[in-house]
Amino acid sequence: MLNHRLFAVENVYRWCGRWLPWLLALSILSLLLGLVWGLYIAPADYRQSEAYRIIYMHVPAAWASMFLYLVMAGSGMVALIWRIKLAEMISMECAPVGAAMTALALLTGMLWGKPMWGAYWVWDARLTSELILLFLYIGVMALNTAIPDPRKAARAAAVLAIIGIVNIPIIHYSVVWWNTLHQGPTVTRFGAPAAHVSILLPLLWMAAVFKLTCFVSIMARVRNTILLRYRQTQWLQKNA
Amino acid sequence: MPSAGLYQWLLMDGYGWFVWPSYVLGLLVLLFNLAYPFYRHRRLSMQWRRRSGSRE
Repeated sequence: MLNHRLFAVENVYRWCGRWLPWLLALSILSLLLGLVWGLYIAPADYRQSEAYRIIYMHVPAAWASMFLYLVMAGSGMVALIWRIKLAEMISMECAPVGAAMTALALLTGMLWGKPMWGAYWVWDARLTSELILLFLYIGVMALNTAIPDPRKAARAAAVLAIIGIVNIPIIHYSVVWWNTLHQGPTVTRFGAPAAHVSILLPLLWMAAVFKLTCFVSIMARVRNTILLRYRQTQWLQKNA
Repeated sequence: MPSAGLYQWLLMDGYGWFVWPSYVLGLLVLLFNLAYPFYRHRRLSMQWRRRSGSRE
């Protein structure tokens, strides 16, 4: 049975101190491997030639942007219902990391769009809904910093995050519901993925690497928040 | 002199101007995301130790 004490702030701080340096090293090593795989080992695409290699940055960033939003809203909901401090912290620390992933997805998408579509930006349903996601992340961060009491701020920001969750299915299904310039689902479509396995495997690897780096970054940020909020407590003075 | 193979690889079949900036951007974002909270933790711990040292 999962012990709820595992999620107590003291235990999480100790866990972060012990495991984060190892996870950081693992993230960097797996990122290096992913770069070599994506840039050198994976073959060129027969239609998009070498330009398709942008997907190894663009797609994992876009997936991470949506996944982190779900984590942010989900932990925000847990924080609102059960008033769990750790859930509040995780929810608020997801926002800057998720915003960075969204911005990266948009920028790399622009760099892919220019050679493929002839334009850096089009007001396409997928691009526009992803831009709205960036604004939602910025809104959550702004609301979180605007209220002086961190616990009240986290609760208010969690409400906004939960409302914004409606945008996630819109992003995902925008290429199905509307006639968009952005290509349709390739990996997550029903049946077999459209991409060849030699292209798909490094993509899945990079998606896992992005998720790992986001996890390490969020937990390291949570550790900083714990250090700032609990520096007067005895257990932290023993562990810091 | 770089070999022809390396030069071809850097050119990315004429898409190098789009592929390489994507990777540079991606690396910058990922490495900043990873490094910044660790750097901040180090600074916070040092500040905190200095303060508790001066109190003693």
